[in-house]
Amino acid sequence: MAFYVVQFLTGLASAASLFLVASGLSIIFGVTRIVNFAHGAFYMIGAYIAFTLTERLSGAFGFWGSIVLAALAVALIGVLVEMVLLRRIYHAPELFQLLATFGLTLMVEDLVVLIWGPDDLVGRRAPGFKGAIDFFGQNIPSYDLFLIVLGPVVLGILWLLFQRTRWGVLVRAATQDRDMVAALGVNQKWLFTSVFAVGVFLAALGGALQIPRDAVHHAMDLRIIVEVFVVVVIGGLGSIVGAFVAAVLVSELNAFGILIFPKISIILVFLVMAVVLIVRPWGLFGKPEAAARKTPGLTVNPWRPLTSNERLASLAALLLAATLPLFAGNYALTVGSEIAIFVIFAVSLHFLMSVGGLASFGHAAYFGLGAYGVAFLAKMAGLPMIVCLLLGPLLGCMGAAVFGFFAVQLSGVYFAMLTLAFAQIVWSIAFQWVSVTGGDNGILGVWPEKWAASPSNFYWLALGVAALVTVALRVMVFSPFGYALRATRDSLLRSEAIGINAKRIQWTAFVIAGTTAGIGGALFAYLKGSVFPDNLGISLSVDALVMVLLGGVETVSGAVIGAIVYKALNIWLVSQTDLSKLVLGGFIVLIVVVFPKGIVGMLEMLAQRRRKSSPPGSPLLAKPIESAE
Amino acid sequence: MRARNYFVGAAFALLAGGMAHSAMAQDIKIGEINSYSLLPAFTEPYRKGWQLAVEEINAAGGINGKKLVVISKDDGGKPADAQTAANELVSSEGVAMLTGTFLSNIGLAVSDFANQKKVFFLAAEPLTDAVTWSKGNKYTFRLRPSNYMQAAMLVEAAAKLPAKRWATIAPNYEYGQSAVQVFKKLMSEKRPDIQWVDEQWPPQGKIDAGPVVQAVAAANPEAILNVTFGADLVKLVREGNTRGLFKGREVVSFLTGEPEYLDPLKDETPEGWIVTGYPWYSIKTPEHDAFLKAYQAKYNDYPRLGSIVGYQTIKAAAAILAKAGSTDPEKLIAAAEGLSMPSPFGEITFRKIDHQSTLGAYVGKTALKDGKGVMVDSSYKKGSDYLPSDAEVEKLRPKD
Repeated sequence: MAFYVVQFLTGLASAASLFLVASGLSIIFGVTRIVNFAHGAFYMIGAYIAFTLTERLSGAFGFWGSIVLAALAVALIGVLVEMVLLRRIYHAPELFQLLATFGLTLMVEDLVVLIWGPDDLVGRRAPGFKGAIDFFGQNIPSYDLFLIVLGPVVLGILWLLFQRTRWGVLVRAATQDRDMVAALGVNQKWLFTSVFAVGVFLAALGGALQIPRDAVHHAMDLRIIVEVFVVVVIGGLGSIVGAFVAAVLVSELNAFGILIFPKISIILVFLVMAVVLIVRPWGLFGKPEAAARKTPGLTVNPWRPLTSNERLASLAALLLAATLPLFAGNYALTVGSEIAIFVIFAVSLHFLMSVGGLASFGHAAYFGLGAYGVAFLAKMAGLPMIVCLLLGPLLGCMGAAVFGFFAVQLSGVYFAMLTLAFAQIVWSIAFQWVSVTGGDNGILGVWPEKWAASPSNFYWLALGVAALVTVALRVMVFSPFGYALRATRDSLLRSEAIGINAKRIQWTAFVIAGTTAGIGGALFAYLKGSVFPDNLGISLSVDALVMVLLGGVETVSGAVIGAIVYKALNIWLVSQTDLSKLVLGGFIVLIVVVFPKGIVGMLEMLAQRRRKSSPPGSPLLAKPIESAE
Repeated sequence: MRARNYFVGAAFALLAGGMAHSAMAQDIKIGEINSYSLLPAFTEPYRKGWQLAVEEINAAGGINGKKLVVISKDDGGKPADAQTAANELVSSEGVAMLTGTFLSNIGLAVSDFANQKKVFFLAAEPLTDAVTWSKGNKYTFRLRPSNYMQAAMLVEAAAKLPAKRWATIAPNYEYGQSAVQVFKKLMSEKRPDIQWVDEQWPPQGKIDAGPVVQAVAAANPEAILNVTFGADLVKLVREGNTRGLFKGREVVSFLTGEPEYLDPLKDETPEGWIVTGYPWYSIKTPEHDAFLKAYQAKYNDYPRLGSIVGYQTIKAAAAILAKAGSTDPEKLIAAAEGLSMPSPFGEITFRKIDHQSTLGAYVGKTALKDGKGVMVDSSYKKGSDYLPSDAEVEKLRPKD
């Protein structure tokens, strides 16, 4: 019995550290609607700074003072980031802030190694909380007890802050309807900055409090960020109490789950999230999201098919790309093939995200399923390459059909997180089912047949498929189906009122996007000759998101450019420098600031501005051309 | 960084394409790939190790009179990126062979690439048995003692312990799984009387140490096998110390004696664990002394195990290239098979039968000295003594 009590308390201690970080994320999202990918980075910097301070300052006051000081210092960094970077892009399309914070995270990961060195750092134990307390023969670390008390105390303080202060009232109001708060004359700028500072403070505090029990190292951020997101979503976005309950739920399920299934930890949080979201689409304590007011960008600048000139230009670009084998070496061709494959992957997500308004955080699942489909067919059934390429993506299609059915019942961030959960479940199956998938050692020896083996032939194959896919998806955008899909994106209510079966349309779009991603994955398996669980992993999903956002989420085919730029830059930087994350992160942040609509989005805006500012004769001249399309 | 740029050479090799080649026709190039950005704690000393080797080789006149150049790439911890790097090294840099890699799945990906493209690959670090056995191929050789060898070394010591009730804690991925599997198999062969009472599989890098320690303690084992390392190990040790998990229990632990993993533990180092590792401070052989002196003189820092691996990888590569007198992969294979060479750990041989080197490891016990973790009572275990019989190996390895 004593054992179960102690195990429960241990779970509570884990919950407390999770809650601290999660609450910060929840507050930030609730008010600013920023999906703050850098939250883990702030957590990590908190731990690093606290390590340095506790090594310098001695004594009990020194230790606790260092913890608070570290959190305050990081909060200050957070304020700086908010004012310099995020303020510029609040009006950018949704999720664009994710790109900025992703760039920051990349930079921080390299920076901490530069500043603090590559070794794992082990900080001091907390003075007064070094030992353990005996509980009927079981030991409970006193630091755990401290954390168990701290969790609810922080919850209480936050509750008081939100319920009893004017600032808290404003924050809650903004969480509900930030436009209305702005309309009532509240200075939003400072409200957002202060909220961001509080959130970052909590993250850094959570990180600093880890030093007596963890090692401080440069991968701490990734370890926590996804888990924290999951906790926030299970609890319900913007709900502090929800975050607390979810943290306890997840930690306790883990603490007791490992007694029966020792391998459960790897997937537990995602299973819980999938179940919770299917049963309660807005999390445990969340409320249905108020219909978001659309950014006007979409209505002001309606999509149109390419003009004949633009078509010719695209064709010329394609032909130019097809001449690459005439002058480039094998390496350049292989890189070219990889980029072409990522174009397929990016446009498939773009179709779901921009046309359907459904941002998936787990799109790599279908890419990876396509790759695994090919690997199974080629290695187990021994089918020829063409057949594998045609049938392999069907695995992605089936996955998308099953998961898409559940996912499209939700919207916004909840949709995104459910797709993430499904992707992680697929990933863990690939990872754990060693006898079939080879586990993390993957499936090797999936090389192309002779006719496609030479780099130039494979490049033409990849390029051809990429072009076909891009054109097919564009055709779909301007087909009746595409219009229906865009209608569900722009107004679910109105589209249903005119008789569009929104869920079915979205589901179809999900399946199309998943199958297309599967095509990319199938080619990828042959390009690399092997398949690994990595091909389904979070980082690949994030890559896809970054490519779409970089290209411009409000454009018809920005993802193509986004994929080319991001992938080429990534490969080049990784090859040239060990600090590729720092440089790439910096580049992304720069792009975000300079091109808040993405690269293609910005180019389109410039083109339009030029059209408007040209002599009065030209708009009239332009009109008949446009209507002639 | 500066040194690296020197080795990397042409920053615009990508643009210049073939032009760079003719300029350095007299050099012999080796392509090196590792997870520099993902695992700096291991790969930084590793890099220092191979840079020292390159310097020594060129100071001694290069390889058959030609200068050795190592072109190094980061794989970011992803198999797919490692293949891109391998491709660049082979196709556009024209390297004579590939070396390096740390993670098992990356080692396997590059080995498969080498097999497909018919390139010689000397795997430095990946531990999985698959590299030389179940997924072995004729182009791939490996330097470091495999999972099986390290398990066999530990089992030798562990089987002498009186403990009968054993529990295991291992990261939930291939390395942890196969380490536990081999250890259990070899242990049960030697000691049919032992029971396996609990196993814990925390996700790699994400151990929730409190509940794990508690769960293991609840099974009340007499001895524990640990396979976690890095930050997970730190958390496990800290929780285990506070909760008294290790009190009165024997612990056998993979890799914990390596400075990379032992040093961060500082004064929390648990005493009396039986570990594999690298006690650089107590190895007193002329070969190691020479290495240690050269390393400390160049870097003013002590070597980690990674330094040894990096150093010996390039030394081995150079020895193979020198003997082959050619960069033709088939000749390199012929030269490498059965080739013996000196190393800081004594003479090693690349076995013909499975392309595994006989580099060994040190087994000893952890202890606390002046607030730091050290390995004591350590002795060197030759790799050749801990490999299964040739008949068994032939069954494990596919025919080329």
